[in-house]
Amino acid sequence: MKKPVIQFENYSFQYRSQAKPTLNDINLTIYEGEKVLIVGPSGSGKSTLGHCINGLVPFSYKGEVSGRLKISGEDVRELDIFSLSKKVGTVLQDPDGQFIGLTVAEDIAFALENDYTPQTQMFNKVAEVSKMVEMENFLDSSLHHLSGGQKQRVSLAGVMVDDVEILLFDEPLANLDPATGKYAIELIERIQQETKKTVVIIEHRLEDVLHCPVDRIIVVDDGRIISDMTPDELLASPILEECSIREPLYVKAAKYAGCAITSDMYPARIDSFQVDDCKDKLADWFIKVNGPQPKVKTETILELNNIDFGYTSGKRTICGVSFSIEKGEMVSIVGKNGAGKSTLSKLICGFEKPSSGRIYYRGLDITEDTIKDRASRIGIVMQNPNQMISKQMIYDEVALGLILRGVPEAEIKDRVFKTLKICGLYPFRNWPISALSFGQKKRVTIASILVLEPEVIILDEPTAGQDFRHYTEIMEFLVELNRQGVTIIMITHDMHLMLEYTPRAIVIAGGTKLADDTAVNVLADSSIINEANLKETSLFELALRAGISEPKEFVDRFIAYDREVRQKWQ
Amino acid sequence: MKNNLLSIKTIVAIGIGAAVFVILGRFAVIPTGVPNTNFDTSYGFLALMAVVFGPIAGGLIGLIGHALKDAIFYGTPWWSWVLVSGIVGFLIGLVSKKINIEAGNFNVKKMILFNVVQIIVQAIGWFLIAPSLDVFIYAEPANKVYLQGMVAGGLNMVTVAVLGTLLLGIYAKSRSQSGSLIKED
Amino acid sequence: MAVEMLSYIDRQSPIHRLTGVTKLICFMIWSSIAMLTYDTRILVCLFLFSIFVFIISKVKLKEVAFVLLFILFFLMINNVAIYVFSPQEGVKIYGTSHVLFEIGGRYTITIEQLFYQMNVTLKYFTVIPAAILFIVTTNPSEFAASLNRIGVSYRISYAVALALRYIPDIQRDFRNISLSQQARGIDMSRKEKLTKRIKNAASIIVPLILSSLDKIEVISNAMELRGFGKNKKRSWYRARPFQKIDVITIILFVLILLVSFYVTLHDGNRFYNPF
Ligand SMILES: Nc1ncnc2c1ncn2[C@@H]1O[C@H](COP(=O)(O)OP(=O)(O)OP(=O)(O)O)[C@@H](O)[C@H]1O
Ligand SMILES: Nc1ncnc2c1ncn2[C@@H]1O[C@H](COP(=O)(O)OP(=O)(O)OP(=O)(O)O)[C@@H](O)[C@H]1O
Ligand SMILES: [Mg+2]
Ligand SMILES: [Mg+2]
Repeated sequence: MKKPVIQFENYSFQYRSQAKPTLNDINLTIYEGEKVLIVGPSGSGKSTLGHCINGLVPFSYKGEVSGRLKISGEDVRELDIFSLSKKVGTVLQDPDGQFIGLTVAEDIAFALENDYTPQTQMFNKVAEVSKMVEMENFLDSSLHHLSGGQKQRVSLAGVMVDDVEILLFDEPLANLDPATGKYAIELIERIQQETKKTVVIIEHRLEDVLHCPVDRIIVVDDGRIISDMTPDELLASPILEECSIREPLYVKAAKYAGCAITSDMYPARIDSFQVDDCKDKLADWFIKVNGPQPKVKTETILELNNIDFGYTSGKRTICGVSFSIEKGEMVSIVGKNGAGKSTLSKLICGFEKPSSGRIYYRGLDITEDTIKDRASRIGIVMQNPNQMISKQMIYDEVALGLILRGVPEAEIKDRVFKTLKICGLYPFRNWPISALSFGQKKRVTIASILVLEPEVIILDEPTAGQDFRHYTEIMEFLVELNRQGVTIIMITHDMHLMLEYTPRAIVIAGGTKLADDTAVNVLADSSIINEANLKETSLFELALRAGISEPKEFVDRFIAYDREVRQKWQ
Repeated sequence: MKNNLLSIKTIVAIGIGAAVFVILGRFAVIPTGVPNTNFDTSYGFLALMAVVFGPIAGGLIGLIGHALKDAIFYGTPWWSWVLVSGIVGFLIGLVSKKINIEAGNFNVKKMILFNVVQIIVQAIGWFLIAPSLDVFIYAEPANKVYLQGMVAGGLNMVTVAVLGTLLLGIYAKSRSQSGSLIKED
Repeated sequence: MAVEMLSYIDRQSPIHRLTGVTKLICFMIWSSIAMLTYDTRILVCLFLFSIFVFIISKVKLKEVAFVLLFILFFLMINNVAIYVFSPQEGVKIYGTSHVLFEIGGRYTITIEQLFYQMNVTLKYFTVIPAAILFIVTTNPSEFAASLNRIGVSYRISYAVALALRYIPDIQRDFRNISLSQQARGIDMSRKEKLTKRIKNAASIIVPLILSSLDKIEVISNAMELRGFGKNKKRSWYRARPFQKIDVITIILFVLILLVSFYVTLHDGNRFYNPF
């Protein structure tokens, strides 16, 4: 008989500022040594559920609790947050709060210091744990100088030093490039294998987490648990589609082709997935559906010419990058963590000045223009939403740019409401931003730029932390704008987003331009994939395994078809 | 649980508060137009923190923040004024219980209370203590340091009156009343 | 807008090898002496000694030049101000008046005034190398441990560590917020009217402050989750044990302190009067 370590019984929770409970009547048992994945739409209460397990609810986030929650047999009402912290190690969703120490070693040792561990013992433990996550050569590095993936390893080490029973990860993959994300998942798997801990992961990127085996998937929607089954069972059911969570693409393709997915086809992973029975259907479907319409060329709107830039003198972050973008294009910029993608976007908007090279807009040199001058034509949504928000209320934040531009009040109201609807924020229009989930906050920043209707929009990681439905709605709106001639540049780690919406991709590696080609070609080149930490799509492998001779074409057709299906949602 | 005088939140507030104080004091000073006289926005922030987190946090933010700012940007702390920043933060913090900003309303009465207190406190600090310490420690001419104190103190009073009041109002509003948020269609 | 600031410079030198505790104590002794005394003889000795320490620290002048330039500028202004406000302060202090130039009225230049102002300047020269050295040779991580060691509660010591840790973060946030505000159409040029400038400044400061308040929430949660504050004491990963050289250094500084106080105060006056 397995020992239960987390037991929710008729558990509900209501934040003090909310009129309705955020979690409703939760019944959930997680057993020792299990690996459980929690998925659900943005704002459904996943992080809140995690906070209940680690004790932030109710110790830090106040509100009303009813029902019972036991952690390794003890009722949390009888525990304090310190004894809970000995049992549960948490990696938080918000990147701003995760690192406390000045250097890697101190951050890892933080929990040990608090336990008043003697110094020599601390040195040993830190050495041991850092080796486990392969960070032993970075112990003296400052946390500011690490790439996203390295940071992720440090945060893992920081919770590993305490011999906790449960490891809780809130969106560990957000902001990681595909290869690093894969590595992180493998690392979590390896640590679980070695230590037999119970692992709970909250994540939107279902397919990426399923890269390593998971025992169960819990689906949360609107504060309730609506399903609790093995991955194979879940993927064979229609539940994911119903709560608009993105299914793994190969599963989706098989479903489109008319195959009935059952759990004994082992759909949880592409390598275990039994495609033999649906080979014919896939092949038929491939012939039947159409590919995307090719776009016609127009005039150049934005051109970068031999741009050089460094944050500190002597170290170049961007070296000799040139490219040009046509009016009405949709382009992705992809590449490893720390490659310089966000830096490029800042250069285009004038947040930073290149040390050499020129930037042209419609043929005019804008290298010396001020931020404000450029902003009337180019809008940017930055990677970290916290850095863009300046008002307390959602409505005010979205209306700000329009007010500054002197737009009449009635028109402001119309445009703001319309944009809020597109971004799925209309029901919250009178809320303070502080009561939003992380993904909702990001959407506020997207709305605040969309409402301005610039000619060129740059979005840095627009879909990070977004669920499938909101993702689709925002992207379709962008496509609509694009049809009207707006140029869209997206910085993303989501390979499928790139394939789906942007015919062209610019790959950045180590501050230089590595490739500038069609998205499909980029992902078909294994040397680019390796050098820029990208990942090929599972559709490609599905096509190969189904014996389709043109896998690239298969990917194209899938995307075109999928888009059409989803447009009917609206 | 709260057996200690300083909760974790207060400690973090002191640390982050001091860091913000440093940055505002270095980068967010608004020149008045008269040379060498600026509105130093960090004091508006200090007043907010003192009211929200209480006298100990207020005092330590002023002390640590000012000492660090002087040290890393100007090479050496000017101790007399550092001390006064601490005192001002501490004394303004004494009204935090009375104002009880967490309750979410910052009405006219509280606004007046806050401003009366901040003006008295800063008058004591900048007009009296700071110059006296300067005379005592650095043996500088009295009329010079008192005039400096007057100018800096006066500007700080205005800054706190404008920015501090504004920030407190915003903060109070952001403490949304309990049980008030519902999704509307 | 890369504004330079003093920060730890990693080197191998006898000064770097001293523990943070030692340096903290010595720095405090040094500042106290420099604050108290106006005795020219002592000031000169201390100044020469601090130059000597600076040299063995292997910190290059170039690395701290920006601060030094700033300080020199400040001292110049300050000297002018002292003269403008109180041209006869020296006469008042030393009780005699040797006139150098007649400029008319109270602005007559006296040797006493020059000597007094030289002493004011010397006082800064004494403390500045020490202060700068303290900042650039003490590893910030060790600094918090040192504060705790000399009796400051670990909670407050940790608050200082947090401040040091987050200054670069907040600086980056400040810049990003300012940029994103400009991108939405706020004009930051210096030519605007004062009221407008204040309004613009508020549009950066208010979000910075609010996001910092959120940060406080997130960070205190993270610290709580990792058990900060559960015990009466806490150990420090970066703390370093005392060596013989530390003890010797501290004894040396205490001696300097005693000698300075004795020399300064034995005639009942902080000022050394050569006149
Ligand atoms: N501190 C808070 N105060 C009040 N309401 C909150 C607070 N935090 C979250 N909520 C509300 O609770 C709901 C669930 O939030 P939660 O952060 O758990 O969502 P989530 O599923 O993790 O979403 P995401 O995927 O975007 O991170 C949201 O609608 C949000 O408005
Ligand atoms: N403000 C800054 N000051 C100094 N260095 C910086 C700054 N911002 C970024 N860097 C450094 O510049 C490099 C490129 O950073 P950038 O943010 O452009 O990467 P990115 O490609 O957007 O990565 P990610 O995918 O993780 O967002 C990194 O090594 C980073 O550490
Ligand atoms: Mg969440
Ligand atoms: Mg980036």
